[in-house]
Amino acid sequence: MSKKQVLNGNHAAAIGALLAKPDVVAAYPITPQTPLVEYFSQYVADGVMDSTIVEPESEHSAMSVLTGASLAGARTFTATSSQGLSLMFEPYFRASTMRLPIVMNIVNREMISPQTVWGGPQDSLTVRDAGWLQIYVEDNQEILDMNIQAFKIAEHKDVLLPINICYDGFYLSHMTEGVEVPDQEDVANFIPPYKPTHVKLDPETPMAVDPLTPGDYLQYYRELHMEAMDNAKKVIKEVNDEFAAKFGRDYFGLVEPYKMEDAEYVLVTLGSLTGSARIAVDLAREKGVKVGLVKIRCLRPFPKDEIVELLRDRKAIGVIDRNVSFGWHTGIVYQEIKSATSTLEAVPTIPFVGGLGGEDLTTDLMSEAIEKVLEVADNGSIENKAYWLINTKGR
Amino acid sequence: MKEIRIHGRGGQGAVTTSEIIVYAAVEDGKYGACFPYFGFEKKGGPVSAFVRIDENKIREKNQVYNPNCVMVIDPTLLSSVDVFVGAKEESILVINTKSIEDIEIPENITKVAYVDANAASMDIFGRLLPNTIVLGAFVKATNWVSFDKVSEKTQAIWGPKNIEALEYGYNNVVIVDVNGGVNRD
Repeated sequence: MSKKQVLNGNHAAAIGALLAKPDVVAAYPITPQTPLVEYFSQYVADGVMDSTIVEPESEHSAMSVLTGASLAGARTFTATSSQGLSLMFEPYFRASTMRLPIVMNIVNREMISPQTVWGGPQDSLTVRDAGWLQIYVEDNQEILDMNIQAFKIAEHKDVLLPINICYDGFYLSHMTEGVEVPDQEDVANFIPPYKPTHVKLDPETPMAVDPLTPGDYLQYYRELHMEAMDNAKKVIKEVNDEFAAKFGRDYFGLVEPYKMEDAEYVLVTLGSLTGSARIAVDLAREKGVKVGLVKIRCLRPFPKDEIVELLRDRKAIGVIDRNVSFGWHTGIVYQEIKSATSTLEAVPTIPFVGGLGGEDLTTDLMSEAIEKVLEVADNGSIENKAYWLINTKGR
Repeated sequence: MKEIRIHGRGGQGAVTTSEIIVYAAVEDGKYGACFPYFGFEKKGGPVSAFVRIDENKIREKNQVYNPNCVMVIDPTLLSSVDVFVGAKEESILVINTKSIEDIEIPENITKVAYVDANAASMDIFGRLLPNTIVLGAFVKATNWVSFDKVSEKTQAIWGPKNIEALEYGYNNVVIVDVNGGVNRD
């Protein structure tokens, strides 16, 4: 039996991981992830968690500790954010290319400079090509549920890749709401034990790991890694369906369509801002505007086939990015969508950017975005350049 | 949906107060969500927290710009923060104050619930801890969450002295209609 608890996002992530029983946790605190590390310390102090907890001196060490632990066959867990992620970059890339199924929450926060601590997925999106699976979530229930699913996806024999569960700092990490917490035994039955054979430091069966590797072999590594990414799409969907059948919550796998059946116009979203976009879609629908929404859940691997199917034959599209891609003058998700839809007949697609550094993307701003999408569908021309959504309500 | 904006000072428990309200709403069978506005906060600096209560799932994750209820834990904030900004029509002010005579209450506020939480706090705790007293006043004035569930969580977090404070606020709050309006809540 599950039990409803009132939890903030960090607490939901900690409980999700607690239920999955990692063998080794190593994490270094950073705002807004810090409470998550504190919950783990509390679990150990209270004796409710029998994982080995390592308190390393930096994020670089945290990921390195987990690399060693994972190579020794342990189920591993950590979390970080922003500058912590950037300090971790070297072992971060290595963990994926060594095919170690580490689960790491990224509590999304802006990158410095200027000095900031507030939310936004610029950190994890910037490292999207480092070979990790990346799932972005919308609320605290989804944080908890994906922390359970994450181990099953990452450790699947056809995947064997590390995974990030990404959730917006403050908007989710410090937001408190009701969350269904599944029973420990049900979770234990859902996630099989992790028994690696592909890469393992075991004196009984010695294996050379990570020798100096010339390009011909390295290319083969990369090819297999990309195939594992492709395999992950199927596995994420299967795990989603199995989770839905067992726990009653369906997240639709790689992307979630909302009111898309007859939609002529579409907003594409990622992360916690999806909530106010849903409300704006409902308000527009009340006025007879046929608008729908596509929530990207899985950014790596990118669900290009699903996106092509969902965005086919629409009149205009708006992509809401809470991040920037310097040099493109758009957000990052926009480029992903444009690449995926390149096989479709060209449709006006607007690169909206806003909500940076903890600025709210209000329902009014989402309604403004829908208005702009309608306008562009009529006159057909767009400037391939960020359209800024600016929240003046709080000023 | 009911939207509440809580104004306090760092260290006064405004954020925990918002979490207690959400706990009670969820236990009452409703949906609730809250999050604090984080600045470079320090003890004594202005802090705000945002709460939503609804019969349906709460989807938006933004600050509360148009509250149905403004809660002021520290009345000295009135001189530095516009606590009334964006208040919806016919909204409620719950405030820690001896008297509302000197407060300029905007016309959107049609009900005021006030209690001298500073004085009561000195009696109960021997120091200034006004938040649970104001929380008691809020529960009585709005009836949006059940007293029992608020009391349960307050007990769990802060212990029996705070139950005394909560009950004081609930029983001693003065509720008046202002601006000629009768609040429909």
